[in-house]
Amino acid sequence: MSIGTTTQLIYLIAAISFIVALMGLSSPRHARQGNLLAAAGMLMAIAVTFAQPHLGHLGLIIGAMAIGVVVGVPAARLVRMTAMPQMVAIFNGVGGGAAALVSLTEFLGMDTKTVATYKVLEVVLGVVIGGISFAGSGIAFAKLQELMTGRPITYPGQQVINAIAGLAILGLVLTVLVTASTPVLWIVLILSLALGVIFVLPIGGADVPVLISLLNSFTGLAVAASGFTLDNNLLIIAGTLVGASGILLTRKMSQAMGRSLPNILFSAFGSVITATGTADGADRSVRAGTPEDIGVLLAYARKVAIVPGYGLAVAQAQHTARELADTLSKRGVEVYYAIHPVAGRMPGHMNVLLAEANVPYEQLKEMDEANLEMPTTDVALVVGANDTVNPAAKTTPGSPIYGMPIINADEAQNIVFLKRSMRPGFAGIDNELLYDPKTTMLFGDAKETLTKLVPAVATA
Amino acid sequence: MNSILEYLTIFVLAAFVGFEVISKVPSILHTPLMSGSNAIHGVILVGAMLILGHANTTAEEVLGFLAVVLATLNVVGGFVVTDRMLEMFKSKPDQPRPEPDQARGAPGSEDATDS
Repeated sequence: MSIGTTTQLIYLIAAISFIVALMGLSSPRHARQGNLLAAAGMLMAIAVTFAQPHLGHLGLIIGAMAIGVVVGVPAARLVRMTAMPQMVAIFNGVGGGAAALVSLTEFLGMDTKTVATYKVLEVVLGVVIGGISFAGSGIAFAKLQELMTGRPITYPGQQVINAIAGLAILGLVLTVLVTASTPVLWIVLILSLALGVIFVLPIGGADVPVLISLLNSFTGLAVAASGFTLDNNLLIIAGTLVGASGILLTRKMSQAMGRSLPNILFSAFGSVITATGTADGADRSVRAGTPEDIGVLLAYARKVAIVPGYGLAVAQAQHTARELADTLSKRGVEVYYAIHPVAGRMPGHMNVLLAEANVPYEQLKEMDEANLEMPTTDVALVVGANDTVNPAAKTTPGSPIYGMPIINADEAQNIVFLKRSMRPGFAGIDNELLYDPKTTMLFGDAKETLTKLVPAVATA
Repeated sequence: MNSILEYLTIFVLAAFVGFEVISKVPSILHTPLMSGSNAIHGVILVGAMLILGHANTTAEEVLGFLAVVLATLNVVGGFVVTDRMLEMFKSKPDQPRPEPDQARGAPGSEDATDS
């Protein structure tokens, strides 16, 4: 069997491993094996690529890979679980950048006089999509890492400017198709990077995970485009798989937030409502309690729901939350966690964090199940969550989150909010529930207040 | 012109497989799935290696080198991050549960490194 045939065969096996891996990742039981299988497939594909005849610059290739491994592995190993979303953003961005560079470099080596138009089209698509994904992921990373504001950044004529940038790229793409001009392709790359930036600026921090999923799908398509350019089946299959499944996943995520994808991408969500929200929230009174009061309330309850949100994650309070739950269980109180599908910063993020703290799986209740229990729950303990329990989603048709499914914490007999301040949540909307007569506030960092609650419950 | 049609066929079929394969995912696995598919598009590394391996000019070498570095980051970062997320889903009943006060500062737990 020639090396060419062997290579194609191994690429096919790698492609199958990716498909099986995605199937595995769809069920909790097989998810980890799925990921390892994909890694094994990837390793095989890389190994057989090294065996290609006429492959030069082996030293450079190995050196470049060594740099990638030395930087990438520690970064991925050491990052905290709460910072996972931005790590996914950054690793997605570099993938998009790599795809753009591969397409661009292949174009530099082409004989531009005789090359077929469809070849040029493949190159240009790889450059444009990869460039948008690279720059957009960079901004998404900066927003989540809080290197820049998480609020939507808007300016007059934003949509018009974005549209003009898009049309300019389209025009230049056509120019490249006709003239096969390298300088114009460079301008296309620069404009695509710019479009990636201005496209992401108006998207608020709460919506960034959906955006990352979309950019992930873009990178997949850019990889597929590179595959067309290089006549490589594996790149086409793997890239298209990710592109197609990424689009579907993006839709599922926006459905979980009760909004449509265009609404997320183009509405600068959360920028306008903030002003009115803080204005009428200024002079209203709330009831603040001490840890001891709340300790007693919890200790003599029959059923307690813990509603975790991003505040719990940033405070790294998942272990303390479990400690409190254990203390309550020891006193015979029934405890469960009510998990909103988008609690944390990504769908499923909260489950990962709580699993890390060894929270028993049976205590985790998905939103629908938790909402059935809510009317018979004595205390809903909301730890660092806000938008996911905001009744405005049910009662205020004008509210931007109207229609989003929420945890019905307002149906519990008592509500306790552990919150750092009265500041509105990620979506920037005031929460009526904070002013409800059934509600008690306990201000402070989630981990500190939970740590105080544990002895308060034990001695109550 | 024949080869482009073959590739288009593969493209269309792969798109359908991509839609089918993740149609039934519980929402708790959305994040790991996104991360896992992120690692899979790191296969662009194969393309980057071929580009650098066949580079003729300095410009191609520089761009190819950058492409290999970025693609390697995508591959290793993607798989490691996904594995760390999925590690959390392993079933625990057969292991002894650590005591609460040990669990918070236990070596190897994720928050042991923060202050």
